[in-house]
Amino acid sequence: MAQKKKLLQGNEACVEGALYAGCKFYAGYPITPSTEIAEGLSVRLPKVGGKFIQMEDEIASIAAAIGGSVAGLKSLTATSGPGFSLKQECLGYACIAEIPLVIVNVMRGGPSTGYPTGPSQADIMQAKWGTHGDHPVIAVTPSYVQEILSETVRAFNLAEKFRTPVIVLYDEIIGHMREPITIPVPGELEVIDREKVTCEADEYFPYDERYEIAPLAPFGSGYRFHVTGLNHKKDGFPTNDSKQIDANNRRIMRKIENHKEEIWKNEETFLDDAEVVVFTLGSTARSARFAVNKAREEGIKAGLLRPLTIWPFPDKAITELSKRVKAIIVPEMNLGQMTLEVERCSKKADVVGIHRVDGEPITPAQILDAIKKHK
Amino acid sequence: MAEPAKKLAKIVINERLCKGCSICIDFCPTNVLELKGSCVAVKDLEACTRCQLCDLRCPDFAIQVF
Amino acid sequence: MSTAAPEKKEKVVQPFDYDKYLRPNKLPHIWCPGCGHGIVLKALLRAIDKTGLPKDNIVMVSGIGCSSRTPGYVDFNTMHTLHGRAMAFATGIKFARPDLKVIVVTGDGDALAIGGNHFIHACRRNIDMTVLVYTNATYGMTGGQYSPTSPIGSTATTSRYGNIEPPFDTCEMAKASGASFVARGTAYHTIELERTIYDALMHKGMSVVDIIDACPTYFGRMNKYKSATQMMEILEKDNTVNIKQADKLPPEKLQGKMLRGVLHKVDRPEYCDQYEEHVIKKATSKE
Repeated sequence: MAQKKKLLQGNEACVEGALYAGCKFYAGYPITPSTEIAEGLSVRLPKVGGKFIQMEDEIASIAAAIGGSVAGLKSLTATSGPGFSLKQECLGYACIAEIPLVIVNVMRGGPSTGYPTGPSQADIMQAKWGTHGDHPVIAVTPSYVQEILSETVRAFNLAEKFRTPVIVLYDEIIGHMREPITIPVPGELEVIDREKVTCEADEYFPYDERYEIAPLAPFGSGYRFHVTGLNHKKDGFPTNDSKQIDANNRRIMRKIENHKEEIWKNEETFLDDAEVVVFTLGSTARSARFAVNKAREEGIKAGLLRPLTIWPFPDKAITELSKRVKAIIVPEMNLGQMTLEVERCSKKADVVGIHRVDGEPITPAQILDAIKKHK
Repeated sequence: MAEPAKKLAKIVINERLCKGCSICIDFCPTNVLELKGSCVAVKDLEACTRCQLCDLRCPDFAIQVF
Repeated sequence: MSTAAPEKKEKVVQPFDYDKYLRPNKLPHIWCPGCGHGIVLKALLRAIDKTGLPKDNIVMVSGIGCSSRTPGYVDFNTMHTLHGRAMAFATGIKFARPDLKVIVVTGDGDALAIGGNHFIHACRRNIDMTVLVYTNATYGMTGGQYSPTSPIGSTATTSRYGNIEPPFDTCEMAKASGASFVARGTAYHTIELERTIYDALMHKGMSVVDIIDACPTYFGRMNKYKSATQMMEILEKDNTVNIKQADKLPPEKLQGKMLRGVLHKVDRPEYCDQYEEHVIKKATSKE
C-alpha cells in the first residue's frame, strides 16, 4: 500500500492517528477548538465498525469512553480547557482503576470560558495535577500536524501498555493549522494492542501484584471481576487495610516512574555545543526552532530541547543540560507553568521564562531576543 | 390432637449475618420468631407455615425456611 | 429432600439459593440493620435467575452511595463508578458491547441529583439497560441529608426546619425523558418487585424501576419512625397502590399515594439497534 499524502488540519490528523492506532470507541461533547475530532470520527468510526457517540456533557463523555475501554475497545475522548476541567474526576478514576484511555485536550485561552478560539498552553499543570490525589500521568505534546498523528498513535500505545489514561496535549494553533502530511501505511508505526488474558477465570486478578501491570480482561470475556474507584486489593474489591492502600497507591505511580526512559521522548537540536537552550513544546517550539536557527546563523551557540512527552517531566534531560549551559529559556503560552518545573530541575543554568497570555503566539523574535540577552 | 403431626419446618438462621432488625419477626403471620439479644431466634416452630415471608423480607440473607 | 413419603404430599417451596449469584465471603453487607437495600437485592437476584442469563453476560454498574455498593456483592462483571455517573459509564459499556445485559443500580440522589443529566439522556436515547433507582429519600452514606425525593416538610441533617424542596417523581421524569419501560416497586412488596424487575430485564430499551425502600438509620430516625417495619408499613405498603387496583379505587382513596407496577411500556427504537441499522449501514454502504 502506498503512502497517502494529505493536506490536513491538526485535529483531522488526530482522527487519522486514532484510527491508525485501532481506536474503536469515541465519546465526546462539542467544544471549541477540538470539535473537528468528534466530527471526523463521527464519519470515520462507523466505516470501520467503530462506535461514535455524542454524550450529554463532558463528564458523560469520558465516563462512556472508560466504559467502552472496560468493554474492550480502544477508546478516545477529546475536549478543550473547560471540558478538560469537567473530566478531571473521571480521569482520576481511570488512573486508580487502571483503565487505558486517550484524552485529547486542544488548549485554548483560560481560565473559565476564557478565549475559546485563541491558543494557549495553560493546561500543562492541569494535565498533571487536575484530578485530586496522587496519580500517574502521561501527557504527549506534538508540535506539527504530522506529529499529532504519530503522537496520537503513541498515546494509545502508552495507554494500553501502561493501563493508564494518556493525555494528548496541543494548542489551538496546531489543532487548526493545515499542513501536508503523510498517512502512514499499516505496519509503518508501532501499534500496541491490549495484552490478552489467558489464565483460568478463578486465577485472574485485575490488579495482580505479581505483575507490575496486570493485563485487563474486557467485561463479558468470561473473567468476572470488580472495578472501583475506591482503594482496592488485587481482586479489585475495596479495602481499608492501610498496607494495601499504600502499596497500591505507590504501585500505580511506580509503573510510570520505573519506565520514564521509555515514555520520555525529546527532540534535541544543536545541543552538543549549545550555551543557551530553548525548552518548549507545541506550536511555541516552531517559533523556537526558527529563533534557534537564526541565532546559529548569527554565530550564537543556541540549541533546542523539545519534549514530546511533558509528563512524566523530562527532569533528567533538563538536569544534565543545566550543568553545561548558561541559560535555559522557556517560552510558553501561560504565566510560567513549565518554567517552574525547569527551575526545579535546573542545577546551574539560569532559567528564563517567556510568557504570553494574550491569545497570540510567541514569536521567533521574542525568543531570539531572549537568546541574545542570555548567550 | 387428632390430626397427624405435620412435618416441622426447618428454619436456618445465620447468626453471623443477622443484624437484628426485627423485620422478619414483625411480618411473620404466625408469630414464630423472636429477638434474642441482637439476633433472631425461633420461638414457636410448630406455628411455622413455611410461607417464607421472613426470608423474602430479610435484608441480610440471614434466614431461610426449608 | 424427604425420605419417608408423607400421606398427603406437602408442597415444600425450597428457599432461593442466593449463593449462586453472590460473591463468596463478601457478606455481611455494609447496609444498616433494617435497610431495604438487601431486600431489593434479593428480589433482583431472583429476577435475574428467572431470566436465565449467564453471569458472564451480565454487567452491573453503580455510582456512589449506599445502594451503589450492590455490585461488590454480586458475581457479575461489576463496576462501581463515580457519584452520579453510573448511567454514563454503563452507556459506554452497552454501546461497546450490545450483547451484554447492563443493569445500573443507583440511589435517588445518585440518579436524580448529581446524575440527573445522565438519567434523562439515557432515557432519551432509550439505550437497552435496566436502571434500578433505590429511593430512600436520603443520602445515607454521608449521614442523612435531604435528597431529591425527600418529601416536603421532612427532616434531614440539612433540613432541620423541614424540607422546602418539592420531590421528583422518578417515574414521571423517566417517562417524560423517553424511557420505554417505567415501573415502581417497594421492598415491602418483594414478590411483586421481583416480577417487576424481571419484566424490566426482559424489556428491550431503557427500563427504569423506581424502588421505594427504607433508611431507618437516617430518614426513619429523623422523621420519628419507630422501626424499619413501621417504615415499610407506612411508606411502602400504605402509601402505595398497585396500578391494577388503582382503577377500581375512588379518587379519594388514591390521594397522596404512589402507584406501583408497570406504569409505562411502549415499543421505541433502541439506541444500539439504531446505530447498527442506520449509522453503520449508511457509513459502510457503497454509494
